[in-house]
Amino acid sequence: MTIASKSTWADRINGFVRKVPTWPLYILYLLPVPWLLYLAQTGGLGREPIKALEHELGEIALQLLIFGLCITPLRRYLGINLLKFRRMFGLLAFTYVTLHLLVWLVLDVGILSQIWADILKRPYITIGMVSFILLVPLALTSNSWSVRKLGPSWRRLHQLAYVAAILGAVHYVMLSKVWAVEPLAYLAVVLGLLALRLPKRRQKQTA
Amino acid sequence: MAYRWTNTLTRDDATPEAVFLNRRQLMAGAAAGVALAGAGTAARAEEALEPNAWEDITQYNNFYEFGTGKSDPATYASALTTEPWSVTIDGLVDRPGDYDFKDIMAEMTVEERIYRFRCVEAWSMVIPWNGFELADLLAMAGVQAQAKYVRFETLYRPEEMRGQSSRFIDWPYVEGLRLDEALHPLTIMATGIYGRTIPNQNGAPIRLVVPWKYGFKSIKSIVKITLTDEEPVNTWQALQPSEYGFYANVNPNVDHPRWSQATERKIGGGLFSPRIPTLMFNGYEEEVASLYEGMDLTRFY
Repeated sequence: MTIASKSTWADRINGFVRKVPTWPLYILYLLPVPWLLYLAQTGGLGREPIKALEHELGEIALQLLIFGLCITPLRRYLGINLLKFRRMFGLLAFTYVTLHLLVWLVLDVGILSQIWADILKRPYITIGMVSFILLVPLALTSNSWSVRKLGPSWRRLHQLAYVAAILGAVHYVMLSKVWAVEPLAYLAVVLGLLALRLPKRRQKQTA
Repeated sequence: MAYRWTNTLTRDDATPEAVFLNRRQLMAGAAAGVALAGAGTAARAEEALEPNAWEDITQYNNFYEFGTGKSDPATYASALTTEPWSVTIDGLVDRPGDYDFKDIMAEMTVEERIYRFRCVEAWSMVIPWNGFELADLLAMAGVQAQAKYVRFETLYRPEEMRGQSSRFIDWPYVEGLRLDEALHPLTIMATGIYGRTIPNQNGAPIRLVVPWKYGFKSIKSIVKITLTDEEPVNTWQALQPSEYGFYANVNPNVDHPRWSQATERKIGGGLFSPRIPTLMFNGYEEEVASLYEGMDLTRFY
């Protein structure tokens, strides 16, 4: 009974999802960029807009990575198929990570020698950079041609997203001065979503 | 002992109240020009010593008693009752006791001090404080010869200070100075900004200002001052001893383990505000370097 009602409920969502085109969602999810720039220029991000903009972009990137990680558990446990949005979440996450990095490079630090020193000497920046670098090949191969061309190794390559998400959340945890709730919550969500991917315990063997 | 130190910039030079509100864009332009010219000298930074706008000073604060966000203090500090207020002065003093804030003010000579303010998070402001020298307040209580350090405590009143319900800090907030630092003419107790009563989010009704040290040393809303012969353990040192020490002198050559202290950004310059070089002892090297002669500042950070 419950299984039947769950599946019809999931089917209805899946039916709706099939009809939704992805391209308007790209546009919708890029709207925060001009909006944040507008707020930064008009005082809406407070007295120090550079850090605020940097943090907002980084946080959105982390959220998008998390959305991408939700796709598989949603399908496995609830039967909801949002697979058609996964590439979009990944590419948007990469876009926001890139913007986050650009704000740091150009507006925040802006001094080449200090940028290098920070990347090499500051663990949270090193970790953030590694996370960004891991996402580059994923963004470059987020197209149907690459999926066909790479075959099974495409799947393995894209498991780097798990590492990138963990590093992104750790990067956030490490930069706060005290143990703040929000970054720890992000890290917990990332780890939780990855835990849901672990193969189910083979109960027959232990029985 | 008032007027032992005078500003290089005075109120008359810099801050007609109607002007400072409209000045931010000009300041941003000037700061950008300074950075493009490759500013690296104290003289150049001196040129940029323009007080921040009232909104910068009162809306961008670290005062974890009211929350960890920069705008939390401005949002929530109105809950704080600052009247009546008294400061307990005890320990190695001749006249220990509770000193009523009004009685203190009746005795003190309030003057303006335009100081650079450098946060350990690598941002800075220039603030026109009104206050009196800590040395004068300590003289009221009579410092005994054995005293070597001064320990300060912020009010603990969680029903008015909502941030104190978070237990990540062992409240109340504590800070400390060596006695010679406390008696230095640059060290003041501030009770006003721009000639107005100091807003709650800036540490009303009375706070410490030590301009050559990182901002967290300048403890706010003080209720207790203890003269002691032992070096106090300040709150940030207790929280993270590898990152924050007792001295916390502004020093561009000694980095915070997680970020560089070589540069800073002055608040209020908008989206294109560049970093400017941080000055040794926050630009007060001439006045205070002698206090630390022979000390390894990498060890005593």
